[in-house]
Order: sequence, then C-alpha cells, then structure tokens
Amino acid sequence: MHELSIVLSIIDIAEEQAALNGARHVEEIELEIGQLAGVEWDALDFAWEAATKNTVLEKSSRKLTIVDGRARCLECGQAFSAPTLFTECPSCGSFFSDLLSGKELRVKSLTLV
Amino acid sequence: MCTTCGCGQSDDAITIQLVGEEEHLHLVDGEVHSHHHGHGHGHGHSHEHEDHHHGHVHSHVRDGGSPHSGDKKVLQLELDILQKNQLLAERNRGYFEAKHILALNLVSSPGAGKTSLLERTLRDLQEEFPFYVIEGDQQTMNDANRIAATGAPVVQINTGKGCHLDSSMISHAVRKLDPCVSSILAIENVGNLVCPALFDLGEGRRVVIISVPEGDDKPVKYPDMFYSAHLCLINKIDLLPYVQFDVDKAKSYARQVNHHLEFIELSATTGQGMEQWYAWLRDNRIAQ
Repeated sequence: MHELSIVLSIIDIAEEQAALNGARHVEEIELEIGQLAGVEWDALDFAWEAATKNTVLEKSSRKLTIVDGRARCLECGQAFSAPTLFTECPSCGSFFSDLLSGKELRVKSLTLV
Repeated sequence: MCTTCGCGQSDDAITIQLVGEEEHLHLVDGEVHSHHHGHGHGHGHSHEHEDHHHGHVHSHVRDGGSPHSGDKKVLQLELDILQKNQLLAERNRGYFEAKHILALNLVSSPGAGKTSLLERTLRDLQEEFPFYVIEGDQQTMNDANRIAATGAPVVQINTGKGCHLDSSMISHAVRKLDPCVSSILAIENVGNLVCPALFDLGEGRRVVIISVPEGDDKPVKYPDMFYSAHLCLINKIDLLPYVQFDVDKAKSYARQVNHHLEFIELSATTGQGMEQWYAWLRDNRIAQ
C-alpha cells in the first residue's frame, strides 16, 4: 500500500500551495502518473478517499492522466509501446531497451479557490 | 501506546532505536518526538522539525487574464509527487559520498534471507571494514538484536503499519548511528518486493535478494524492484536440488526487465558464493 504514501505526498503539496496562495480549497487537481510508475489504480482510489478527508483536497475533482509506457530498442533503435517493464521490441525481438516514458509521478496543476 | 517507553504513541507510529540505548525517536508527520529515559526524572521531550523544501513554482493564470477573476487561481506546478523523499534522499546520498560510505539498500520479499546474509557477511568481514546496519521491520527488535550479536552498531526502525522505509527515516537513523569514514552501511528494508521500489533512500547501490524456493519468475511478477536494482543475489542455492528453480531462467527474466543487473548466486548457510559477494563489496566500496 505505498499508494497511501503517494496520496499523503500529494496532500502535502496541495496543502502547502493552498496555504501559500491563501486558498480555502482545491477545486481541481491534475495528476500525471505513468503506466509503469508502480501505482495500482484501485489502491490509489481507496487511499484517496480515506486520506483526503478534512484536507483541501476533500472536495476536489481529480483529473488523472495516465502516461503510456514507451521504450526505445537499443539494438535497432525502434521506439515502441511498452505496457510492462519487460516488453520486447516488436521489430527485432530484443529486450534491450531504455524507457522513454511511463515512470511519471507528477502533480501537473492545481485550481485553487 | 509505545511498549518501549509507555508514551502515548500507538504501535503504528514509526520508532527508531539504536540497540543498546533506551532512548528512541518517534516520527509523527515528519516531526520528531524524542524520549530520554534517565533515573526516574520523567521524560525529556524535544521536538524538531524537518526542513521544508519549496519547489520552484510558476504560476500562470488561465481564466481570462485577471489573476483573481472568479477568485480562481490555476497553478501549473509540474511537481514530482515524491519530491520531498527525493530531496532528502539526495541529501543522504551527499553525506554518504562525502564520507566515502558505501550505502546499500537491501530489498527482498520476507524470508529471502536478508538478515542471515548480513549476519554472515558481518562475521566474515567486520575485521576488514567498519559495518553499520539499519534494520527496517513493521514490528519488533528481533532482527536488530540478531545483528547486534555480531558486534556491529545497529538501529532498528519499526515502521508500524508502513510497508517501506523512506529517506527521512534513514536520515534520522544515520544520525543515531554516526557511521565513520569509509564504512559500509547496510540498510535492510522492510520485506516487500513492491513498495520499497519507489522510495529512494539515498543509497549508493540497491541490492535485490531472491531465494530459490520463491520461484524463478519473481523478476517478471515484481518487475519494479528488479528494474531499480544494481545487483541481484540469488540466495539459498544449497536448496537447488530440492526445488524447481531454473537459475538461468530467473536471470533471463531479470535481464528482460533490467539489462544492467549483475548477479551472484550464493548460500548464506553453506557459504557457497559468498566470496563473490565480498569481492563485489570491495569493488563497489572503492567505486564510492
């Protein structure tokens, strides 16, 4: 359940920004989380509901953008979609690749009111 | 209630204690509560606050130009969610590098043999290097007491209900340990192949341990941990004749996830392969 730690970190950021800007609460929060960041969506929802009570995020609408995993093959240079950390290159079959995206864990924006 | 000092902290609170000392810390919301127990004069109680780091924030207004139209303000943050952990991890890393300390984050599922491996390593190498140990478990001082029996200074972190160590816990534990220059600091993370993967502690090397009774497809079942590790120790190889574990298959799965990963096969019980692990420690200590 590291999703709880993730939600608590998001709450920290939101509380800090709300206080800095004299806002009462957050109307909308935009998150960007990679498909390969190790986040279980159901666990995130569960932790969100429990942890945001009595915080500036309690009534916020949450906009979650899931960033697809993409990798580049180190053998043939092909960029491809990588839904797991062990996706083989579709053009040459190699597992030697570097990730291009999919590990994001970001608070993109906050709408404060 | 904290069973060590009887203070009001619940068993779920994070506790950090050096073996051989009664004094210990509780971390509550990043704030330190420290208890000094002396001669019946009650509690000395001190509070300390973590430094607060503020990210660099650009604020742009999207709704029509006026910063307060409708009293709404949109902040474009682009902030890393785990930034606080990351910043403190980098601070720990800088401290380790400056003191030439090789800090290892040992991760595995429960029962893969992390503590036994450490016990043997400490007994065999403590004449050669100064060793310090941080033990992470949800409850009990059991592992720290096992390590303390080898003579190495050890701090136990009890995470309560927490499923991983984080960089703030390490920062406090290291202050208690006060490791000397050119030492090796072994951090035994909470037994869990999922959660600790996301939390940088500031270690120089991450070592994942699997044991042969666990199954050779562990690396693709729990890829995040293998993706972030530098070295994979395959432990309990003395049991290979009795279990269905294909070492080559396990390595090939792990390489699919992380082609930089190094491997050492060993048995902390029989001592087979331990010399290779010690050679790796010597090499990586110099690299620090």
